[in-house]
Amino acid sequence: MAGAADAPATGVALDSFESRVTEHTLSNGWTFLLVTRPVAPVFAFMTAVNVGSAQEGAGMTGLAHMFEHMAFKGTPRIGTTDYDAEQRALEELERAYLAYQNARLRTAPDADVVRQRHDAFRRKQRAAAAFVRSNAFGNIVDRAGGVGLNAFTSADMTGYVYALPANKIELFCYLESERFLHPVFREFYKERDVVMEERRLRTESRPIGRLFEQFTAAAFTAHPYHHPVIGHASDIQSYTMTDAGKFFHTWYVPSNMVTAIVGDIHPETIIPLLETYFGRIPRGPAPPTLRTVEPPSIAEKTVTLKDPSQPFYMEGYHKPAVTHPDQEVFEAIDDILTNGRTSRFHRALVRDQQIAVSAGSYGAYPGEKYPHVWVAYAVPARGVSNQRVRDALHDELRRLTTDDVTENELAKFRRRARAALLRSLKSNMGLAMNLSHYHTLFGDWRELFHSLDRVDRVTAEDIRRVARHTFTASNRVTAQIDTVEPPRPAPATTAPVSP
Amino acid sequence: MRGYFSTGRAATCAMLAGAIIAGAPAWSPAARAATPAAPVDTVDQLRYPPLPDVRIPEPTRVVLDNGLTILFLEDHELPIVSVSARIRTGSRLEPADKVGLAELTGAVMRSGGTAAMTGDQLDDYLEGRAARIETSIGVASGTAAMSCLREDFADVLTVFGDVLRHPRFDADKLAIAKNRAIADIARQNDNPGRVADREFAKLIYGKESPYARVPSYDTINGIVRRDLADWHAAYVHPRRVILGLVGDFDTEQALQLVTRVFGNWPRGPTVDDPDVPYPTATTRGVYIVPKHDMTQAKIVIGHMGLTRRHPDYYALVILNQILSGSFGSRLFSNIRSQQGLAYDVHGGIGFGWDVPPPTHFSMSTKLDTVRAGLDSLLEEVRKVMDAAPPTEEEVDNAKTSLLNSFVFSVDAPGKVLEQLLTHAYFGYPSDWLAVFRAGIERTTAQQVRKAARAQLKPEQFVTLVVGPRDGVAPAMARDDTVTEIDIAIPDPSSP
Repeated sequence: MAGAADAPATGVALDSFESRVTEHTLSNGWTFLLVTRPVAPVFAFMTAVNVGSAQEGAGMTGLAHMFEHMAFKGTPRIGTTDYDAEQRALEELERAYLAYQNARLRTAPDADVVRQRHDAFRRKQRAAAAFVRSNAFGNIVDRAGGVGLNAFTSADMTGYVYALPANKIELFCYLESERFLHPVFREFYKERDVVMEERRLRTESRPIGRLFEQFTAAAFTAHPYHHPVIGHASDIQSYTMTDAGKFFHTWYVPSNMVTAIVGDIHPETIIPLLETYFGRIPRGPAPPTLRTVEPPSIAEKTVTLKDPSQPFYMEGYHKPAVTHPDQEVFEAIDDILTNGRTSRFHRALVRDQQIAVSAGSYGAYPGEKYPHVWVAYAVPARGVSNQRVRDALHDELRRLTTDDVTENELAKFRRRARAALLRSLKSNMGLAMNLSHYHTLFGDWRELFHSLDRVDRVTAEDIRRVARHTFTASNRVTAQIDTVEPPRPAPATTAPVSP
Repeated sequence: MRGYFSTGRAATCAMLAGAIIAGAPAWSPAARAATPAAPVDTVDQLRYPPLPDVRIPEPTRVVLDNGLTILFLEDHELPIVSVSARIRTGSRLEPADKVGLAELTGAVMRSGGTAAMTGDQLDDYLEGRAARIETSIGVASGTAAMSCLREDFADVLTVFGDVLRHPRFDADKLAIAKNRAIADIARQNDNPGRVADREFAKLIYGKESPYARVPSYDTINGIVRRDLADWHAAYVHPRRVILGLVGDFDTEQALQLVTRVFGNWPRGPTVDDPDVPYPTATTRGVYIVPKHDMTQAKIVIGHMGLTRRHPDYYALVILNQILSGSFGSRLFSNIRSQQGLAYDVHGGIGFGWDVPPPTHFSMSTKLDTVRAGLDSLLEEVRKVMDAAPPTEEEVDNAKTSLLNSFVFSVDAPGKVLEQLLTHAYFGYPSDWLAVFRAGIERTTAQQVRKAARAQLKPEQFVTLVVGPRDGVAPAMARDDTVTEIDIAIPDPSSP
């Protein structure tokens, strides 16, 4: 269609990539997507686990992310000096922690009992720590020449990544099967402290972090998208090794996992290795499904954060899940409103009115597997109020509901969608992430390429229809930072500030 | 999304994060291990086939008559062409009353259009082709880059030539860029990490130093269109530019194209760049930046770093790897995993290309553990110098990791080209990637221990803590003198 006619070489390149993907599912249900890309003797992978913070309930928020951290702590054979003794120490530690937690969470805690049990817990913690070889798992990857060892958790899924030289394919099979065959939750209660510091860093000590958490909580009344991916502070400080174990056994079953491997690999040699290593993992029961559906929004919600930082304005509109047939219409809206210097937001707010220094959007907040919100934001220029950028954003959204977008805007959208996909193929890791992500969301990696067909079919009428339905006051949630003066620091002084 | 790592790790490994391979595979396929019938029990039982030697692809280098240097590297995997340029300029050359001029020039060179097209026309032209051209000027260099689909190569390169040679510096676009610079100043205290980096640099280099100073409302307001045009006229000439092309082209044809676009670019005047004093450390002591909207404190300690030309460079790259460069490094294991004090903990000797960045150690920790955090960072520095110097095993692990991962610095032509441009710009040898690898290979544990003792100087450390005054102050009680830094932003002068 139009895009292919614009850029024949692009179309050929995309078609050839699609034909280079081999899909292989083990009998236990774990799916592998393999792409041979012998540009260099290296490969990259991503394992996507179909569990995110949306699968957490009350008291357990942040547990998906906490488990992600624990997946770096090793196994009975990696990270310990004596696993049998360590296992006993960990069991004693957990009993001591549960006793302490029971005392601490009573409605009327006895301070002496809490302190005694806390001391006992700390003793058991030190005893278990004596068996730990810290970060042995990561050390193996590092020594092998691995790069980009990392993982991430979103509202929708959990991902594990790194890249290795091509001769280390069996090491990959060993480590990545071992890690999910029998993870050991060593250093769990220290890692909880690490996650609390992560929360303080990202959410509590940054104005935008504070605002986004409030925005998200206001946006969803029923669906678990309303709680933060990192978790509430009280939950981070309360979930237990036992909780993490239950979470693991519920969600980390092979049928809930897909791994994409891209690089100098060959399906005929790697598939037997995958069978040997990943085939060890038992099938396990299918994970539960999520019942709660966010009801239609009947009231505009507004969040105002009085904060000692500069103004910021954002608003979200509820929209359907990524699998909805209108998804590409939203992507067209996104492209036309916010992609680049020719976008409508940029030209109106930044170029012509000069009331904002940037304006953009997030198409999938806080996730996209379930109905979520489309977020627009603007960073006001110095001295400009949130109200002015809000009005200007609303003018642009209103225009989408009344006037057709131009054919030029649609053509640009189609061409850029193709080029963006093409550019993403230049990287082993980029492609591995895209394939595993799409396969998790749609159940079929081919959607990564097929979505372009739907991109080609988006019309100006579609955009008006979707805009009219979406950009209404009752479907909206807004959040803004209103600046309050910070306490003025005393003039610089060399006097000691110690008490 | 929440990551297991914060982004600091990438910075410590920056040296390794880039490099290449030519269009055709430069190695033969690795020998495949026989498929095992049963999994191994431990990692020691694994045997790896040898990785084929990685040949670092060599670009074709051409110098035009006007002095313009060009590197060509073909990469036919996808129908895309990228061009990258280094321009010999930088904000360190700015006069003190025009701080911000280089950055504005870098931004408006592209946004302000060319003699042939207004900025808006240029935006439409490029975005309609899914192409990009961007320019910027940093402290020590300027860059220009373009990327486009193969079929647009000739057209977009012509526009790219105009951006470099004939920028229009449209006044409206300058106003937009200044608007952004002003907003950026207003927001400069919102993010704790940014506050810490800026104030630490001022303490290390001196607050008036070209390596630490930042724009003010007054310096931005005082910059006019003429300043940008003069800056461009002074610094953007063929002899000050290195171009690199990578992608789906034939080198002969690309050379013809580049010659057509840049061949008649006049050599330009010979300009003596203003003298920028080589930075020297001035400050020591303990400093607090009060910032009350934080639930933790950001701690930074350190002193002036080194350049990659230092004779201890390879030993200290290995030291950095042991301290913080890898997953099981000392700072990560001891301070994060075992003590649970921080999510982000990083540190090591700072290495620059031509001037030293700070050597620094940093972490963010809750207010109750600021003292414990400071003590832990200092203890790790002292240990690696004296009580627990790097062991043979640690050095072997670090070297093996660096050498095994070297292939990732050369696994894509675009990566290699970017590194070669940087090396050429700063006057490093064209085989610097190979030189680096050989340097790591030959370094001994004894050299690492000696370099650690010589180049870490805790008695010269500057200590900076950003956080709520009342929360942080008790942790500082043991220090003799604590200086408070006022980061209030001065209002613009009245016109």
